Amino acid sequence: MIEQLPAIVLLLPLLAAPICSMIHNGDYAWYLAAASCWLAAAAAVGLMAQVWGGHTISYHMGGWPPPWGIELVIDELSALVVILVTVFAALVISALRESLRPKMRKHRHSLYYAAYLLCVASLIGITVTGDAFNVFVFLEISSLSTYALIARGRDRRALIASFRYLVMGTIGATFILISIGFMYMVTGTLNMADLAERLPALSDNRVVQASFAFFTVGVALKVAIFPLHLWLPNAYAYAPKATTAFLAATATKVSLYVLIRFLFDVYGLEFSFQQMRIDLLLIPLSIAGILIASLTAIFQTDAKKLLAWSSVGQLGYMVLGVALLNTAGLTAAIAHMFNHAMIKAGLFLALAAMIYRVSSSRLDDLAGIGRQMPLTMAAFTVLGLGLIGVPLTAGFVSKWYLISGALDKGWVPLAAMLIGSSLMALIYIGKIIDVAYFKPCKPEHAEVREISPTILIPCWVFALMSIYFGIDTRLTAGVAGRVAESLLGISS
Amino acid sequence: MFTALFNYWVVIVLMMAGLYIVMASGHLVKKIIGLNIFQTSVFILFISMGKVAGGTAPILKDGISVFSNPLPHVLILTAIVVGVATTALGLAIAVRIYEEYGTVEEDDIAEMDNHDQDLDIAEYQRIESGK
Repeated sequence: MIEQLPAIVLLLPLLAAPICSMIHNGDYAWYLAAASCWLAAAAAVGLMAQVWGGHTISYHMGGWPPPWGIELVIDELSALVVILVTVFAALVISALRESLRPKMRKHRHSLYYAAYLLCVASLIGITVTGDAFNVFVFLEISSLSTYALIARGRDRRALIASFRYLVMGTIGATFILISIGFMYMVTGTLNMADLAERLPALSDNRVVQASFAFFTVGVALKVAIFPLHLWLPNAYAYAPKATTAFLAATATKVSLYVLIRFLFDVYGLEFSFQQMRIDLLLIPLSIAGILIASLTAIFQTDAKKLLAWSSVGQLGYMVLGVALLNTAGLTAAIAHMFNHAMIKAGLFLALAAMIYRVSSSRLDDLAGIGRQMPLTMAAFTVLGLGLIGVPLTAGFVSKWYLISGALDKGWVPLAAMLIGSSLMALIYIGKIIDVAYFKPCKPEHAEVREISPTILIPCWVFALMSIYFGIDTRLTAGVAGRVAESLLGISS
Repeated sequence: MFTALFNYWVVIVLMMAGLYIVMASGHLVKKIIGLNIFQTSVFILFISMGKVAGGTAPILKDGISVFSNPLPHVLILTAIVVGVATTALGLAIAVRIYEEYGTVEEDDIAEMDNHDQDLDIAEYQRIESGK
């Protein structure tokens, strides 16, 4: 049982998805979907327990040893990302049932849950697989289900957002496919461990260099690295309310995981950073992304778009951490991947609760909502402080590491810029908090009441987690630190 | 050089043509067609990669010593399925867009969206100034 966990965590949502689509009663489908997500979350925690301390599990799918069969590889980094995906997906789906209810005819709910589960399963698949082509297939499954989820938004602009994402996402995924094809051409293998062995000898080969270029652009589209982020703000803003929380928490983070995995493990540190100098590309782009996206967030009049632009900025922090190429920077990137997923999922969920009540995400419609929905808004405020990076919240931990990463390099202006950009986060989060607590309530929203516990409890779980992981950093910064050292080849 | 690498020249031409259509055309269905041509070029890339000159199909039989590599061909079967799914989903969304907007021309849609947005902002400013 225990040795089958890598397959179980993947198969639970993957098998539940088609069953879900066949159940006509939306409520039963929800029970099945939520149960499979929570069981997968439990399996993910079990996986983490097995690899804790730097172990690696290799699981041979169907008993076929690699390179003939597909290998699943779990180390601490992938276990952390699997926990991120499953736990946050389970929390969001617990709230999703209530949030879907008034919006969609009941028999459609089960199809929606099926798409959600497919997305969860494929994100887990991307993370655990040890096969480069599998990464492409799972990436496409996750993208296709995401397009379908976004297109279900109530506003007609959701359709356009989904279509644009489909075009850009398909180009990105096809670039990754080209890159995998080039790698196979020169090495004759698709297994990531074998690729890592054979690629260094071919580092002067033009085909390998071309595959690296295609791969970087393709994944950068999926991660939404500035300036390839254009699909993200509208996709997040018009996606159905609670679904945004899931997408914001997982999709881009898993793509970032793919980027880290390929840059450090498959292509190798020396090739990516010393020969191809990818850091020279990523550092300016991520700094520009942080500044421009945070500035754009400040000028938004729509709370959902504001948070979506803030996501682009926060992704910039993670990419910057990767590109700094020292232990503190990489620790920050991986820890922030987890912390930001938690904080942003909670923020979007609390916002979804408010939108559920006032049917609008415009800032002026949220005026005075802090007095009518005090518990929801309190959770939002706690999470908002985490996003800014106030001490004793999770956001502080990752920003601390990022700033020390910049200082380790001796780049004082960069550290100052990071503190400055945190102040920008203070402005845009402060804008929502100001509107919610200090503006008079609109007369037509005078009857607004607190949200039901099914949404409120997940919101508070996220809020309390963001405080807990600001104090106990063994799971986040602890794991991230060990992973960073092993990726950089420093033995601890 | 040209004839020996003929397949790869076709790949490059198709890839560029596909990407150009995706970028240049404002018609959503044409964009999907462009995306399809782009993906097809990659299929040809993989299939050409697996072909061995003079090789037969990889079957276990006496007298067959040179055969094509089946793995890229199998990979592309998967990629074709992915491509079909993407096309189907893209067209389905295009149909929904036509139902909602009454057009599939990107410029017209952008104009309608901007109009919606202007209304939103005007409403916001009216409330900001009126308080």
